[in-house]
Amino acid sequence: MPKINLTVNNQSVTKEVEGRTLLVELIREGLGLTGTHIGCDTSQCGACVVHVNGQPVKSCTMLAVQADGADVLTVEGVSPDGGLSPLQQALHEHHGLQCGFCTPGMVMTATALLNDNPYPTEAEVRHGLEGNLCRCTGYQNIVEAIMAAAKEIRG
Amino acid sequence: MDDFSYQKPSTLGDAVEAFSAADDGVYLAGGQTILPVMKLGLAAPEEVIDLNGIEELQAITASDSVISIGAMATHATVAASEDVKQPLPALASLAGIIGDPQVRNRGTIGGSIANNDPAADYPAALLALGATITTDKRQIAADDFFLEIFETALEDGEIITKVDFPVPDAAAYMKFANPASRFALVGVFVARTGNSVRVAVTGAGPCVFRVGDMEAALEKDFSAAALDGITVPTDDLNADIHASAEYRGHLIGVLAKRAVEVAKENGDGQ
Ligand SMILES: Cc1cc2nc3c(=O)[nH]c(=O)nc-3n(C[C@H](O)[C@H](O)[C@H](O)COP(=O)(O)OP(=O)(O)OC[C@H]3O[C@@H](n4cnc5c(N)ncnc54)[C@H](O)[C@@H]3O)c2cc1C
Ligand code: FES
Ligand code: FES
Repeated sequence: MPKINLTVNNQSVTKEVEGRTLLVELIREGLGLTGTHIGCDTSQCGACVVHVNGQPVKSCTMLAVQADGADVLTVEGVSPDGGLSPLQQALHEHHGLQCGFCTPGMVMTATALLNDNPYPTEAEVRHGLEGNLCRCTGYQNIVEAIMAAAKEIRG
Repeated sequence: MDDFSYQKPSTLGDAVEAFSAADDGVYLAGGQTILPVMKLGLAAPEEVIDLNGIEELQAITASDSVISIGAMATHATVAASEDVKQPLPALASLAGIIGDPQVRNRGTIGGSIANNDPAADYPAALLALGATITTDKRQIAADDFFLEIFETALEDGEIITKVDFPVPDAAAYMKFANPASRFALVGVFVARTGNSVRVAVTGAGPCVFRVGDMEAALEKDFSAAALDGITVPTDDLNADIHASAEYRGHLIGVLAKRAVEVAKENGDGQ
């Protein structure tokens, strides 16, 4: 079995994985980081989004061996010391979640979006969320939260 | 998904060798098609040969007349590349509306065209721009590459290394996205180079195709009005729960007109 070395939320990890092990399986089962969800397992819903070398990807559609040498960030790694990031705070304040199943993926996608584009328009936010499905909120409050977080982060 | 052995060669030669040594091998590029297919059990290779370690497949270069895109360039890279955006904004914006951000961060041009999904976006660009596909063995014109649904001219084990796009005078791509999958319900790419015009349609039929009547009309008069009254026969168009053949046929006309209008804005206004 291939042995891989990677960094997950700033901690270095060495693991043996099967060729077929998906990155999301390594994260949830191998490392016990269950904040990353599996919604569809068919690359559609975005509940499994994590950052690999700073870029959001669907971790159900990448092999764990392909993350060898990579820097992985999951939802557990975005909040400072047990608090909430400005984006997480904004989702809370704007009622950007109901059941919360999609939220980890939303947080990871929107975090990357705001890193890339601190001044997004509402249309850019909606385009950026095309890979993340939410069955509860109708997206409106998620978009509002991201716009508010952008403002907050810009200061 | 059945287990397999995995390797990540760092040269093209090693990848080809690994494929021919394997009983049942498959190349892995962005994995955005092949991994879902393997999860469904529709493919169960014994060897997965990851092309992500081959540096020469990543490069994007541009001259005044040709943009050359390595097979492993991701959709996100193409969308953001100044070497593509400046001379050929239509291609960069096509790459920027494939799927969603996560798919664009992994999916590659080589994987997309090797797969030849009937609703994929890139095949329309390659066909309308008269691109040339280079493999480890040869060069193939786009006109000879896309054969039929999920079928290309690639031989077993042949690797696409890059795609060369001649820079047109004016071009645009218009897509009516399937609201669920984001794939093209219909997509039309129009390109004009001098007096020559090419119109390629994806999503509407079993394989990307050109529309000769539209090309002839636009060569006489490169304006949306020149397309008035030109229809595409609907007999061979796709019909499914998303749209009837007639609806797709109608969209071809609408999108072609919009593409001509945007091409005139994108282009040099000649
Ligand atoms: C949710 C979702 C939405 C999508 N939406 C769109 C869309 O709107 N428009 C669109 O066009 N596409 C869309 N796609 C498909 C996406 O663009 C894929 O990335 C693409 O079709 C396959 O590229 P890949 O790099 O992921 O290839 P892979 O999945 O890694 O490979 C696909 C096939 O090509 C072969 N292959 C890969 N590279 C080469 C090469 N260099 N030489 C020879 N053979 C090779 C592989 O062996 C495999 O058989 C979507 C995919 C998903 C999951
Ligand atoms: S679980 Fe990965 S996209 Fe749905
Ligand atoms: S809050 Fe329930 S799916 Fe988004």
